[in-house]
Amino acid sequence: MNLKKTLAAVLAILVYGQIAMADDIRLAVTTSFHNSGLSDVLLPEIKADLDLEVKLLVVGTGQALRLGKAGDVDAILVHSRKAELAFLEGGFGTHRREIMFNDFVLIGPSADPAGIAGVKTAVEALQKIAGAKASFVSRGDDSGTHKKEAMLWQGVKGVGDVPTQGWYRAVGAGMGASLNTASGMNAYIMADRASWLKFGNKGDLTLLFSGDPVLFNQYAYLPVNPELHPHVKKELAVKLENWLAGPKAEKLISDYKIGGELLFTFNAK
Amino acid sequence: MNEITQGLAEAGRLIFSLDPDLLEIVALSLRVTLSAVVIASAIGLPLGAWLVVNRFRFRRHTIAVLNALMGLPPVVVGLVVYMLLSRAGPFGVLDLLFTPTAMIIAQVIIITPLIASISHQTIRDLWAEYHDLLISLSATRRQRIAALLWDGRRALLTAMLAGFGRGIGEVGAIMIVGGNIDHSTRVLTTAISLETGKGNFAFAMGLGFVLIALAVLVNLTIHSLSRTERASVW
Repeated sequence: MNLKKTLAAVLAILVYGQIAMADDIRLAVTTSFHNSGLSDVLLPEIKADLDLEVKLLVVGTGQALRLGKAGDVDAILVHSRKAELAFLEGGFGTHRREIMFNDFVLIGPSADPAGIAGVKTAVEALQKIAGAKASFVSRGDDSGTHKKEAMLWQGVKGVGDVPTQGWYRAVGAGMGASLNTASGMNAYIMADRASWLKFGNKGDLTLLFSGDPVLFNQYAYLPVNPELHPHVKKELAVKLENWLAGPKAEKLISDYKIGGELLFTFNAK
Repeated sequence: MNEITQGLAEAGRLIFSLDPDLLEIVALSLRVTLSAVVIASAIGLPLGAWLVVNRFRFRRHTIAVLNALMGLPPVVVGLVVYMLLSRAGPFGVLDLLFTPTAMIIAQVIIITPLIASISHQTIRDLWAEYHDLLISLSATRRQRIAALLWDGRRALLTAMLAGFGRGIGEVGAIMIVGGNIDHSTRVLTTAISLETGKGNFAFAMGLGFVLIALAVLVNLTIHSLSRTERASVW
């Protein structure tokens, strides 16, 4: 083998790979944005309208905020209001723009051993699951969904701040991977509606509870602060924000349905 | 069971329809891992040989550490490379995070100890045979290393193929430093992980079979190019 030639070829490929990128922006998004299939609808349109390649980093809200803080992405699209406000307070982002919302739902085995189908509130549903000691899968990854779930558990009696009993399984994974685990164990789980509708391995699981206003799930767009990280693509981040909050995105998001059900409701102002 | 057969069918469909997305992912998988193998070999093979012909104080310790590093956990390598390349880290200005280059760097770190260690074992046996000859020819260290590497080239191929095998199937490190960005840093293993997360098991299995087929194909190609396992050549 001619080592010099090979090395030269490798270097050429590497250099070529670097310059082949045109206008692009790095956006850290929550797993639900991607697992729901919405990104596959929006990104080609963004490319066509703005000639902008959006590079998606699909992570949990916790990691997305972390990437934004370090300046490794140009903007983030997440869903955990409290964490977002803390992010802004720390000076890591310029502002917060609400884009759309959906809701969290409680999923469980169709036999519903804990009997949560008829209850009035989400906390009451979790209380029943705790009472029945029915298996419950938690994201456990500091994502937006996990933060919301942890908040709800605080209202449940007899489990402490967060349950530590054997029936409570924190898997530390993304929405899809956690749904796979719940499907395999036939356990209860809290998911966002979009990821649940798009999920392909439902098994015996079914949607058992939804509609409590506390389960409202707002998605917001936060550009990373260019004063802190001068290299971030500030203009492109604004361009993308205006598109996401604009009429074209509104139509695409409002038309995106699976099995006749709306996945996200556009509410950007 | 049904999903495994569906996966096989999906793999067949993907390969025979020459799905452009699949080709892109396969090309990037090969680009990243082959680059990493070439660079790791350029470091690991001479290092393995150097350790054979040289005697120094902590030689045995060095070799023990090298052998232990074969089991370096990829996810830790990924995390360390991430922190080094992050904007908040020391090499942040290079803007390499979430690029194929970052993935190659991580894989070089994972593969190099493996290649160095296996080549060291191979060359040590060869050195036992060549020792007297090379000494009596009063070959320099450099010449000894070159002679050992050249004469052991077929066995050293195994070291490189082992490195390729570890790299092409690796997901922990490249997921962290590459970010699994569509059309940019998505490779076969991270795509499989993603599709599994979506519950698309058949498609994930299909990609898995493509990955296995690819590994077999690369090994066969290299063997046939280097004419090993033939009656006339050992």
